[in-house]
Amino acid sequence: MEKPLTQHINPKSAPLTFKEYEKAGGYEGVRKALKEMTPAEVTQLMKESNLLGRGGAGFLTGLKWSFVPMDEASKPKYLLCNADEMEPGTFKDRYLLEGNPHQLIAGLIIASYAIQAETAYIFMRWAYKKAEKMINKALAEAYEAGILGKNILGSGFNLDIHLHMSAGRYICGEETALINSLEGRRATPRTKPPFSVVSGLFGQPSVVNNVETLSWASHIVEKGADWFKSLSATGTGGTKLYGVSGRVKKPGLWELPLGTTVREILEEHAGGMAEGYGFRGLLPGGASTDFLVEEHLDIPMDFSTIAKAGSRMGTGTMIILDDKTCPVAFIRNLENFFALESCGWCTPCREGLPWIEKILGAIEEGRGRMEHLEILQRQTKYLAPGHTFCAHAPGAAEPLQSGLKYFYDDFVKHIEQKKCPWR
Amino acid sequence: MLSEVEKKEIQEEMKMYPVASAACLSALKIVQEHRGWVSDEGVKAVAGMLNMSNEEVESVATFYSRIYRKPVGRNVILVCDGISCMIMGHENIYEHIKEKLGISYGETTSDDRFTVLPISCLGDCDHAPSLMVNNDHYNELTVEKLEAILSQYK
Repeated sequence: MEKPLTQHINPKSAPLTFKEYEKAGGYEGVRKALKEMTPAEVTQLMKESNLLGRGGAGFLTGLKWSFVPMDEASKPKYLLCNADEMEPGTFKDRYLLEGNPHQLIAGLIIASYAIQAETAYIFMRWAYKKAEKMINKALAEAYEAGILGKNILGSGFNLDIHLHMSAGRYICGEETALINSLEGRRATPRTKPPFSVVSGLFGQPSVVNNVETLSWASHIVEKGADWFKSLSATGTGGTKLYGVSGRVKKPGLWELPLGTTVREILEEHAGGMAEGYGFRGLLPGGASTDFLVEEHLDIPMDFSTIAKAGSRMGTGTMIILDDKTCPVAFIRNLENFFALESCGWCTPCREGLPWIEKILGAIEEGRGRMEHLEILQRQTKYLAPGHTFCAHAPGAAEPLQSGLKYFYDDFVKHIEQKKCPWR
Repeated sequence: MLSEVEKKEIQEEMKMYPVASAACLSALKIVQEHRGWVSDEGVKAVAGMLNMSNEEVESVATFYSRIYRKPVGRNVILVCDGISCMIMGHENIYEHIKEKLGISYGETTSDDRFTVLPISCLGDCDHAPSLMVNNDHYNELTVEKLEAILSQYK
């Protein structure tokens, strides 16, 4: 089984240097794109490959690139790499950033060439200190080798890549909030339209792509759309970095065909539940996804199939709820996070999320009443898509609404017993 | 108020962006790096340098969780309270810190040695529970491990 994204990653040793990655053929895709293909051809190839965005939304990458205006008057344009990984339970981009920075740089060059951006920014989470070091080192090597800067490989194409270290706040991962933050403002999301591809950073056309997504670009240019499609189990295309955390035997991260079943990831790769712990449910792709339970375990982890089960693929890094962890406390932890991380711009999110957190706290501490459950149900409707400025609150509502559905009896037990049965 | 070194570092950051105010966060971080936190004077100095109003810079400084607008201790402990760390027992870690250092979230020891703050998921989920002290990550924490870690920071 091919593992293109992680084949050169060994967390125990330093990532490949420019020379080593070049020798391994890592920059062949860049050479091919810049010397043999037009920007339009690169975008077309990306569309044909069906590479869906790995940041959580699963949008067709080539289609996003194709929305960028290509006339001279639209310059300057920007390519932005979203490396602000802050989704609770998610640690996949970190693995790629620390483990193979040149793979990402190659992807950034190709994406920038496709949209004809001469400046790219990597927007990285402040806490990723090792990744910061690795990316800075790799960028210096790339400039030194002439693969970044002016007239790359004699193609006439220029590109500068800057690393921007963030200053905290989950909302920075939202595309337009990221742009505001990069401009030195509060990271509140922007009204859409206009979309970033037309008016983004400093009012110029900008594409925002996730680390895992961009890490694919060079491989796809080198090996083609059909090769990429053949990698997945479901025909969607590619492999996926799947992760598991919680009370399992071997928490970790694996590159597997996109569409590997939840059960295979959980039981074969993560080794099943840890000794003495039973399975109750899981969040398939970070904190802002709906719970899946036993009946869903044989579903392939693919964007469309997980959506059919009422959840979202999200980041593909699962968080396992075991039988010794209180589901109410679990959900309260998530809602506390979402309440703290609300940017405060729109009322339903700013006021609704702390309200939810307080009610969950009351239930958890034995002060819950049955009408609280109705309030929580109602809040998930008020925070549904269409009622808020961005996807933050709807994301927060996902584990709550599904938690109320699958663990309703546990909520009731807290209220009836006037205490947390797990404490 | 800014030192020559701070000014130079901020100017270096400004080169990364076509607009001076885009370096606002980087400038605040530079001031904090040198002084431990960002005072009112720090906000004004950054505003002056980037041609922004004091209020604009203040609005940015107070939005981001990693800009400190109050003094902190020499070492800042950031305890991950993300969901994976909760499942894996971060509460024991925090309880131990509270007991050992006598401080809760947002507080600083009387000798200014440590400030303790909660931090959202650090992306160490497969090695939970985790925390950071200053710029260093620690994971798969136990109470014994924690003792050894804290003793390294004076």
